[in-house]
Amino acid sequence: MYAFNYHAPKTVRQAATLLAKNEDGKVLAGGQTLLPTMKQRLASPSALIDLNHAEGMSGIEQKGRNIVIGAMTRHADVATSAVVKNALPALAALAGGIGDPAVRNRGTIGGSIANNDPAADYPSAVLALGATIVTNKRKIAADDFFQGMFATALEEGEIIVKVSFPIPSKAAYEKFPNPASRYALVGVFVAKKGADVRVAVTGAGSNGVFRSKECEAALAARFNAKSLDGVKVSASGLNADMHASADYRAHLIPVMAKRAVDKALAK
Amino acid sequence: MSAKTGVGAPVLRKEDFRFITGKGQYTDDINRQDQAHAYFLRSPHAHATIKKLDISAAKSAPGVLGVLTGDDLAADKIGGLICGWMIHNKDGSPMKAGAHPALAQGKVRYVGDHVAVVIADTYAQAKDAAEKIVVDYQVLPAVVDMNKAKSSAAIHDVAPDNVVYDWHLGDKAATDAAFSKAKHVTKIDLVNNRLIPNAMEPRAAIGDFDAGTGVYTLYTTSQNPHVARLVLSAFVGIAPEHKLRVIAPDVGGGFGSKIFIYAEETVCVWASKKVGRPVKWTADRTEAFLSDAHGRDHISHAELALDDKGKILGLRVQTKANLGAYLSTFSSCVPTYLYAPLLSGQYDIPAIYVEVEGIYTTTAPVDAYRGAGRPEATFLVERIIEKAARETGTDPATFRRKNFIKSFPHQTPVIMAYDTGNYTASLDLALEMADYKNFAKRKKDSAKNGKLRGIGFSAYIEACGIAPSAAVGSLGAGVGLWESAEIRVNPVGTVEVLTGSHSHGQGHETTFAQLVADRLGIDIDSVAVVHGDTDKVQFGMGTYGSRSGAVGMSAIVKAVDKVIAKGKKVAAYALEAAEKDIQFKDGRFSVAGTDKSLAFGEVALQAYIAHKFNGQDLEPGLKEGAFYDPTNFTFPSGVHICEVEIDPDTGTTDIVKWTAVDDFGNVINPMIVEGQVHGGIAQGVGQALLEGAHYNADGQLVTASYMDYTMPRADDLPSFDIGMTNTPCTTNPLGIKGCGEAGAIAAPPAVINAITDAVGHEDVPMPATPYAVWQACQKGARKLAAE
Repeated sequence: MYAFNYHAPKTVRQAATLLAKNEDGKVLAGGQTLLPTMKQRLASPSALIDLNHAEGMSGIEQKGRNIVIGAMTRHADVATSAVVKNALPALAALAGGIGDPAVRNRGTIGGSIANNDPAADYPSAVLALGATIVTNKRKIAADDFFQGMFATALEEGEIIVKVSFPIPSKAAYEKFPNPASRYALVGVFVAKKGADVRVAVTGAGSNGVFRSKECEAALAARFNAKSLDGVKVSASGLNADMHASADYRAHLIPVMAKRAVDKALAK
Repeated sequence: MSAKTGVGAPVLRKEDFRFITGKGQYTDDINRQDQAHAYFLRSPHAHATIKKLDISAAKSAPGVLGVLTGDDLAADKIGGLICGWMIHNKDGSPMKAGAHPALAQGKVRYVGDHVAVVIADTYAQAKDAAEKIVVDYQVLPAVVDMNKAKSSAAIHDVAPDNVVYDWHLGDKAATDAAFSKAKHVTKIDLVNNRLIPNAMEPRAAIGDFDAGTGVYTLYTTSQNPHVARLVLSAFVGIAPEHKLRVIAPDVGGGFGSKIFIYAEETVCVWASKKVGRPVKWTADRTEAFLSDAHGRDHISHAELALDDKGKILGLRVQTKANLGAYLSTFSSCVPTYLYAPLLSGQYDIPAIYVEVEGIYTTTAPVDAYRGAGRPEATFLVERIIEKAARETGTDPATFRRKNFIKSFPHQTPVIMAYDTGNYTASLDLALEMADYKNFAKRKKDSAKNGKLRGIGFSAYIEACGIAPSAAVGSLGAGVGLWESAEIRVNPVGTVEVLTGSHSHGQGHETTFAQLVADRLGIDIDSVAVVHGDTDKVQFGMGTYGSRSGAVGMSAIVKAVDKVIAKGKKVAAYALEAAEKDIQFKDGRFSVAGTDKSLAFGEVALQAYIAHKFNGQDLEPGLKEGAFYDPTNFTFPSGVHICEVEIDPDTGTTDIVKWTAVDDFGNVINPMIVEGQVHGGIAQGVGQALLEGAHYNADGQLVTASYMDYTMPRADDLPSFDIGMTNTPCTTNPLGIKGCGEAGAIAAPPAVINAITDAVGHEDVPMPATPYAVWQACQKGARKLAAE
């Protein structure tokens, strides 16, 4: 790790000011990606602006037909929240399956979404549920937020404050893990709200999380695993590495989608 | 003597209180006064010449005490690292061993090779300074694929075709004759995947030169500190043995990877005099991946000749073994003498011929890793046996039973003479425990749920208790493989056992104490086990090859017997009886036919006060040493049965049942033995399903972290059903065979035989990851559709 300056702002506003002042400064949320990267000397920010002391950035509440989660809320808190487990159990289950207990006790929803790791779990839920990302400057719809691998709609000095998830009628997440890292090799989040069915896929796309139009079309007719029989997902644009070819990932998308639909209907 | 702590009792491990309460003392826990820190600059290229190495900026960086390179080693006449086993080619010429300097001298040969070392006040300063070293590399082609190595760029000048040796074993003419009579020949091509050891404790070293006495002390993560001292003294030339003390304190796992003498400890001990400060280095996990000696990595073709009744007539094998960029300490013997002599397995095979090419590649050195050669042999034998049974339409258990060796001793055609065994007994028990007769029903039930079920056998044998010194000497070993022990009895009757074995997780402090307490009839807490320090233990060969029971404990028993014999002499004087009338039983020396007796501790006191005998007739004191040189290897064996269920939609393999029946001969502590079996199976399942080191075409290690290298986790493994049979070894005094590697040897073919049974064809690689098994299922589906 190289030397850096450390700031612990008390408010989001202070954090934004510090971010603007420090060229090459980085926002520190749970640090589960940033800190290991710095330790390996692969990242060398001039300053860390630590959000862990900023007020009002964590917490979970139900507001009408939405679950609103503060950006600094830990995965473990989402996983065990009575509010989330009751209204949006698929999201609690997803959070409970991220990394290991140490990661879940430090990692945050805002950090995960802002990082937009192509194999992270949260982006699939945000996209499939049609969540709204609330920043210190504006509200961004999920469909506009994720812009490719490690890329988002966040602008310079923009900080995620909270994420608002509309409560679906049915939802579930199924992850096929990379055997080594246990990140998603293919993770599929399915959500049904009224007639609207959305299927978001993480881990597979070479451009990050995406919606599977093939699966959505099949499920829009009838929200049942059988509807996905014979659905083929194109391998073009999917990742290929030593753990899985693009064809294997393409094959796994409807397989995981089926399992997610079964799980959603079982609830 | 309490039955609760005697031989055969599942005594809780004495060392565990210290380990689980954080009181263990590992090398990295040790800090010396004024200690400095070393950082190794490593090669980012697989193969390159160093055109220029500019260390000037690094030398003047903050906190830096020294920047040392291969030129400094050469100037100080420090020799290179050695390979301690000479292998000869088919034509009798010696193997081609390239020089192995501890710091590069003009060339780097794998990613992670040592270019220079920076020593500074702190580790961070050393690392910062290393970034200021400017290296001008001329990159050469990487050599990764063994099949193309002969026509690739030469890695060492002495081996222009990158072949270290071209070796063979067995009778070619007899084997050819056997094949000419065959009614059926089964052929198989196999890859034994490369593994990275991943001991929990990474390697570490502290070199500490005392200018007052001229003595170097090396604290290091070693399975065999005396061998480290011998090599660093006699070959590397750092200091003569009486001026070099090697201490291997608590060691957190090794699996073979801490047998070897590496560049880092060599440099730390040498540099401690250069900079006048103790020098410490601890590997980070990436360095462990890059530079610990890897294991396995064979490509083989094998053929098995059968007669019309399914009896084996002969076996021939061609193997290419990847030895990496340099020959590590014992690397040369692993794919030769630790491999080919095991290719008879449990079977009566009249003729065997094996050819092995050792190949240089631009990858990390490959050496012994849990099982060392024997897992590779067992994988090959048990895969081709299974395939032969399938091709001849024979039940795999029946096929094995028909071909088992049934009378002992048995001389194989490949050196080994098995003293004893009862392979049918292990098979029978395993079949019963695995409920083999109902497997077909379980397979049907799985099919109803859309799952593929398969069952796989592995009837393994291994050679442990290495080894008779004269025998291995005749095969090229540079050392003898006896073991030493010393029993020091204190005047109050407590006992210190000094052993040349070294525990790095095996529980010697418990089992050795159990044995000694049992033999001497004293409390187990009155026995302390001392190991891992060349100043305390006179000499020893260390722990590997499942030798510490069969060889190490045999040496202890020999020394204990001497102590008892001396005790009888002392007791004879003290009890005023003839020595021939003294009996020793249950911790008491007594005069036969009388009620006169003395406890062991009382005799110890008499030995030291020497009041009852004349020092000219009998030396005072009670301390005896012994060296035990085995007369043969030991041959643990057993049958493991793996049952899997595969999800064809994802390729996920679930091990639903594991039956292990092992014959380790006599057992000192069944709980510790069971633990060794569990750990071994975990590593064997790791090789079969999860682990695989992968270098890309440029020679970069893709699997250099846990993000890409899959270590077995608890939830990857089933519960194990463990059974034991016992045919005691006939060639050592304890009847012990050894258990440390059995699981790792047995497991891979059991898993792959089960998966190939489930998918219906033989083309399943290791590791059989979900992706690989899914591909295999696709192939099976195509095959079924075509039929």
